[in-house]
Amino acid sequence: MLKYQVKAMFISPSTYAAAFLFVSLMGGIYILSLWDVSAAEGGKSPIELFLSLFWLPVLFMVPMLTMRSLAEERRMGTLQAMMTAPVSAFEIVLSKFLACYILYALCWALTLFFPIITALSLPQAAADDRIFSVSKIATGYSFIFVSGAAYVAIGVFASSLTRSTLVAGMLSFCILFIAIVGSALAANFTPADAAWSAWAETFADYAQSFKHLEDFSNSLLDTRPFFLYLSAAAAFVGATALITEYRTS
Amino acid sequence: MQQTQQNVEYSVVAEGLCKSYGAIKAIDNVSFKIAKGEILGFLGPNGAGKSTTMRILSGLMPATSGRAYVCGVSVANNPKLAQSHIGYMPENNPLPEDVRVSEYLKFRAAIKGLKGREIREAVDEVMEVCQLQRKASRKIIGNLSKGFKQRVGIADALLGKPEVVIMDEPTIGLDPHQIIAIRELIDSLRGKMSVVISSHILPEIELVCDRVMIINHGMVVASGAPENLRSEFLPVDTYKIAVSAELEQVKSVLAAAGLDFEVEQTSKKDAEGFALYALKTSRRGSFGDALIAEFAKHPNFRLREVYLSRPTLEDIFMAATRRSWEEKRESIFGAKRQEAKK
Repeated sequence: MLKYQVKAMFISPSTYAAAFLFVSLMGGIYILSLWDVSAAEGGKSPIELFLSLFWLPVLFMVPMLTMRSLAEERRMGTLQAMMTAPVSAFEIVLSKFLACYILYALCWALTLFFPIITALSLPQAAADDRIFSVSKIATGYSFIFVSGAAYVAIGVFASSLTRSTLVAGMLSFCILFIAIVGSALAANFTPADAAWSAWAETFADYAQSFKHLEDFSNSLLDTRPFFLYLSAAAAFVGATALITEYRTS
Repeated sequence: MQQTQQNVEYSVVAEGLCKSYGAIKAIDNVSFKIAKGEILGFLGPNGAGKSTTMRILSGLMPATSGRAYVCGVSVANNPKLAQSHIGYMPENNPLPEDVRVSEYLKFRAAIKGLKGREIREAVDEVMEVCQLQRKASRKIIGNLSKGFKQRVGIADALLGKPEVVIMDEPTIGLDPHQIIAIRELIDSLRGKMSVVISSHILPEIELVCDRVMIINHGMVVASGAPENLRSEFLPVDTYKIAVSAELEQVKSVLAAAGLDFEVEQTSKKDAEGFALYALKTSRRGSFGDALIAEFAKHPNFRLREVYLSRPTLEDIFMAATRRSWEEKRESIFGAKRQEAKK
């Protein structure tokens, strides 16, 4: 089923639109990062600057990749047809999630060519650890791939809530915005004197994607973000399976 | 154990199926059995509960109460196992638009549990049965005509040779040629698998089905072979004659011959002086020759045509649904009348 879903995604024009926009946007960001680094002595490496803007493509690409997954199938009635075969809603949702995730990871994997192209075209600069650091690339992309599981699961979840792909896309954008930016804002706006402030601050701190990225970029591999993103992905996939089963019966 | 054994003799057994949406009953106490290899036509007006019953049988929707078995497997207790015995073509035949026919069928075969070589063999077989094996197999589904899309839906339902095939309105929206092609296709399945078809095109059902079940207001109002239903719901035979005689003259000819017909004039005399009459009798038998002989005795009357007008399935359908309406109305108003008397 996964093979079919991946194939279906590869023949969908929206996939190519999302991938093209993503690679173009990220290429632009990488060039700007390189300029920024070349203009200033010291500071962050281009890959750190580049990945620090991960939320920008995530907010647009994830909804574009996932909005059709279940909403379109429900609107067309093909989801119900699929449920007449001896497969469970969980299997269907899992295959949809994995297909979207594979594509998401593939798009990000394409951006790995940016530092490689830089290193190949500027061999003297590549010697500089700031320009081409394998450890920073590895840890930064680990964050992207791990957090991506949760973001894609959110997108698929939003797609299960409605028959309209447009509404699914907007819902996905809103939930992702809250998940990525909301936790950072919550950490800033927690009142210091409130009785629950310590708890809220700990939670907001724990859920902060930007902080996780910073840790990963500093080669600090903590198991808590892994647990957070993977458990969130599992929870959203589970909830999506339940919703799908309920909506098709 | 005995129950299961009995159920295995039939492909489908439904016992007292009910489905309610709040206070509204979509189906109420629907019971029937389908023998192996039988083709059952499922008839009923819109909203009668046909699709609901089919969805319950195919494990898509749970019944509020009652039991359904497919090949001896309880649909409620083991829906996935029951589904492995069913090929289901939903109403409106939903298909993905941007996939090739062969790719889609391979995917469907895979999710139905077929593996490797079995998939290719099963897909080739159904494409041959549904005449999709030439150009159509490589075409994108969205570019196919309605008739070919229906064939893809039927091919999907037939994949893996299920014991039971359920098709919800398989001929809807098709032109007469396509309807005949689909009818021949369904006809070719007779004896090989049990087929349940719902349709609004009643002549189609009559031509292809061994048995007909009429459902109205969520209840089964008639079930049986079309011939038996004719006797049950329309026990009167009607002969149509075209004769150059007045109504009273026709009545007197028939009375003199001892033929007990109820006569009704159905058209005025035409330019040649012929009028059409409907002669109704509850007696069974062939009266065509007797009618010709009697009118031949009267040289003043010219008889142009005589034929037995057999009630169509449409007539049976109308009679059965009308009876159920009247019974329902009587039960409601009868209860109110009794309450008023008290």
